[in-house]
This record gives sequence, structure tokens and C-alpha cells, in this order.
Amino acid sequence: MTYGDKTAVDGLTLSVAEGSITAVLGPNGAGKTTTLETCEGYRRPQQGTVRVLGLDPIADRKQLLPRIGVMLQGQGAWSGVRAMEMLKHIARLHAHPLDVDSLAERLGLGECGRTPYRRLSGGQQQRLGLAMALVGRPELVFVDEPTAGMDPQGRRTTWELLRELRADGVTVVLTTHYLEEAEELADQVHIIDRGRMIASGSPLELTRGGATATVRLVVTKPFPPGARESLRAALGEDTEVTLLDERSMRVTGKADPTTLAKVSRWCEENDVLPESLTLGRRSLEDVFLDLTGGLLTEGVEHV
Amino acid sequence: MSEVATGTFTPKPGGAPITRQVVAQALMEAKLMLRNGEQLLLAVVIPVMVLIGGVTAGNAIELDLGTDRALVDILTPGVLALAIMSTSFTSLAIATGFERRYGVIKRLGASPLPRTGLLAGKVLALGCVQLVQLFIIGGVGQILGWTPAAGFGTVLAFFLAIAAGTLAFASLGLFVAGVLRAEATLAAANLIYLLLLAGGAVVLPLTAYGAYGDVARWLPSGALGEAVRTAFLDGVPAWRDLGVLLIWALLGSTLTARTFKWE
Repeated sequence: MTYGDKTAVDGLTLSVAEGSITAVLGPNGAGKTTTLETCEGYRRPQQGTVRVLGLDPIADRKQLLPRIGVMLQGQGAWSGVRAMEMLKHIARLHAHPLDVDSLAERLGLGECGRTPYRRLSGGQQQRLGLAMALVGRPELVFVDEPTAGMDPQGRRTTWELLRELRADGVTVVLTTHYLEEAEELADQVHIIDRGRMIASGSPLELTRGGATATVRLVVTKPFPPGARESLRAALGEDTEVTLLDERSMRVTGKADPTTLAKVSRWCEENDVLPESLTLGRRSLEDVFLDLTGGLLTEGVEHV
Repeated sequence: MSEVATGTFTPKPGGAPITRQVVAQALMEAKLMLRNGEQLLLAVVIPVMVLIGGVTAGNAIELDLGTDRALVDILTPGVLALAIMSTSFTSLAIATGFERRYGVIKRLGASPLPRTGLLAGKVLALGCVQLVQLFIIGGVGQILGWTPAAGFGTVLAFFLAIAAGTLAFASLGLFVAGVLRAEATLAAANLIYLLLLAGGAVVLPLTAYGAYGDVARWLPSGALGEAVRTAFLDGVPAWRDLGVLLIWALLGSTLTARTFKWE
């Protein structure tokens, strides 16, 4: 997909398993929304094919639309319409809608049911958007940044709801730039950056990082000079030692039963008292850092 | 984390029958239109003021419109034509402009409602609002002594005028809403409305404009005004003016089809 001379999404191949939660993770401008909107039939791919529930989102739009639920990134309602009025309207367009009152209750929209859309808070608009995506009892929902702008409690509620959807057999595809969200929710994570897929897998597969171990060492007083080099020498050539600040280091390298012991012995030999020594799996943030060399939250707009 | 299958969300997808969708869309749009203060001003308040003011002032100064018919019999159909124009053109353009801006059309584009259904809903909503306008303006006209031509011919001729006028103005309104930004649509739709109100031969008959009347009757406003007046004064369809409206409708829908963007 290109806009003018900017390529937003290029050669992306991903598939989604039925009844799962799939997260498309990437920084702002990575091409997440473009990918979703191509699946929803808003955009025609310039190359390649898209099949959603076995249907072509453009040619088979009529058959596809009733079966999917779409949560857009913001807006999507008349400014003067009341929250519940809007939800009821979308419900009326469907054959077997959910009970709107209990859905609104679930999403905490009960109190603002008579509030005009333009006066809803950002979080309330988000939750209404999610309710509109679900009310038609779709087989597959696309949710674009479902918890952006929500408070922590709203985020928890939304996560619980998305898990319940999966348990009930609904397939969920969500975009997010929150690593935590992808790690918490998704069965499959696809990390995209600059329109290209850079990694895919379950959160566990992505963070396990094969035979790589990560050791974090925090000490009580600043490291002596040359500490990084001497620790590296003690561990061997295959490891990488990064000085995070004057009192903490990260060691990544080949996992080995002796690694932790070696670090501990090095502390003893160098008269360094560890405050904490943890062997941890990588977070998705580490994965993203390794893959892109950039921070997820600092992604630049280049759509 | 617990994951309980409650069955609440068990998929059962499907669109409602298309007629139900169209009716829901029409009622929603009509409701929003009648609830919006500015839209209501345009749809009902201004036409009623024009009617009362026109008849009162016109009778006081013994206004000569070049016909021997009672002033109220000429002005009431003219004001009805004005009301049809304001709803089908100005209100529709403004509403649609902001629907594009607020992503409403995009949102509905992901619902089971097809685009033809959305269009049908819009036309039906216009019909609902026009029905309200007809009752209020017709009622006020009656109080002022309006006596329309009786009979089936009048009803048929009026219906044809509304249908052709709505098609012409709605297609032009959608054209404006489709090419301009929401604020520009608001400005343009109101400006065009005011210009046509003043010089479009919609409220006043062509005969009141002298030589310019020959030009004004080719305007959609003049044609609609004449068609509604002929319906209520003579009880027959004004075929020539209906033809002019259909030409405008053809022009408007061609332009709209070529330029309109749903987002």
C-alpha cells in the first residue's frame, strides 16, 4: 500500500487463526491501521491478496460486512447523537444484535447513555466504539488501538472483555503500540515496522529468544573502572555486557548453567556487592529494541 | 487470568432485512435533523417567518405580483417550495459534510447497511422532515386563509414536484458536501440558499421578476417554485418545470457520482 510516494505497507504476509487474539504491534506510523483497513475493505491493495473469512474485502464486501465488527480509531458517530442512541442504531442494522443495555453496562457506558457523543470523554468514546464493533455478534472483530486514551481500569475491563470474546469463539485482531497489551492478551503477535513484518510468534516464542539469556545485575555502589571488560572476559566471547548506568549492567548471551554462577563469582572477586541479580526472559520491549534498534514508543510518523 | 466462556458473545452475525435497515437509518437522520437547532431554524422557523411576514406585509402595502390570485395562495406554495429546497439541499449538504468529517459515513461503511441503503435512508429522512414541514407550513397557511386547489390532481402534481425537487436539490447538495470540507460546505450551502431565496423565484412567482423571470425559471429554485405553485393554484403538474428539475437532478447525480468521496 502506498500513499503518494510513501510506502505504508509493503509485502506483509500474515494470517490469523480462528478463535484467537492476534496483535499487530508496531510504533505509530508502522502501517497497522493501513493493514487493518485493507482487511476491512476500506482500501484496495495495490498488490497481493487479502482474504478475510475466505472473502475478498472489496469484491465480497456485502457478504463480509455483516460478519465482521470494526472498531475505528476514534470518531465514527454524529456529534449530537446520544451514546445509547448510537449503539441502538448500529444494533438495528444487524439481524441478531446483543442486548444493548447489558453490553453498555459491561463497558461502563450506563452513566453516559444520554450524553451527546461530542461530550463523551476520550475513554467513553473508545468504549462506545468497541460496543458498536461487538453489538452485531460478529465472528471476527478488528479493533484499532482499543485502549488508547483509556485509564488503567478501562484498559483492564477492555482486556477482560476481549478475552471473553475469544472464549466465546470470536476471533480478535487488534493493533496496539502497547507492548504490555500484546504480551497480556495475544496468542500471536506480529511486530511490524515501516510497513514490514519484522517478527511473528506467540509472546513466549518471541521473548524466549532461543538460547539467549538475559541477566540483570544491580550493585550497591558504582562499578569499579573496567568492570564491563573484566566481566565480559570472565564470561567469554559469546556474551555481551551492557552498562545500563553506573550501578547496573545487562548481560545477554548464550544460556549456560554456569552463567549465573560466573557472574556471582565475578562479583566476589571484584568485591562488588550485588543488590539484585536476576535471570530473566526478554520482554517484548527487548525484542523490539533488538529488531529495530529503536524504541517502540518513539516511533516516527512515516505513513 | 480467568477466561470464562459465557456464551454472551457467541457469534451470530447477519444484517437486518434491508428495509428495516433503511427505515432505521431514515428515522435516525430525521430525528437528528429535527433536533438540531440550526437545522430546525432552516427547515421550519425561517419558512414560517417568510410566510407570515410576506402575507402580512404584502397585504399591507398591496403588493402586486402581476396576477389576480390572493397573495396567500401564491406565497404558501412558494414557501413550501422554499422548505423543500432548504431540507433537500442545505440541510442535507451540511449534515453529510459533517458526517464525512466525523467519520460517520466511514463507520456506517463497516456496518451491514450498504451505500445504496444509506442513500435511500437519506432520501426517506428528507421525506419525513418534509412531511413535518408540510403540516406546519400548510397549517399556518390555512390560518392565513390559504385555499389550495382541491382534488386528486393537486395531490399528484404536488407529489411530483416534491419528488423532482428533492432529487434535483439532494443530488446538488451531495455534490457540494462531497467536494468541499465540512466548514466550506456549511458556508456554501447557506450562501446558495440565501441567494436562491432572494433571487431564485422560489417564494415569489416568475411574474414578479419581470424579464429576469425567463432566466429564473431555468434555475432549480424557480422550476420547483413554479411546479409547487401550479400544483396548488391550478391542480395540474407543471411538466416543463418538472423537466427542468429532472435535468438538474441528472446533472447533480452525474457530478456527485464522479466526485463524491465517502470519507
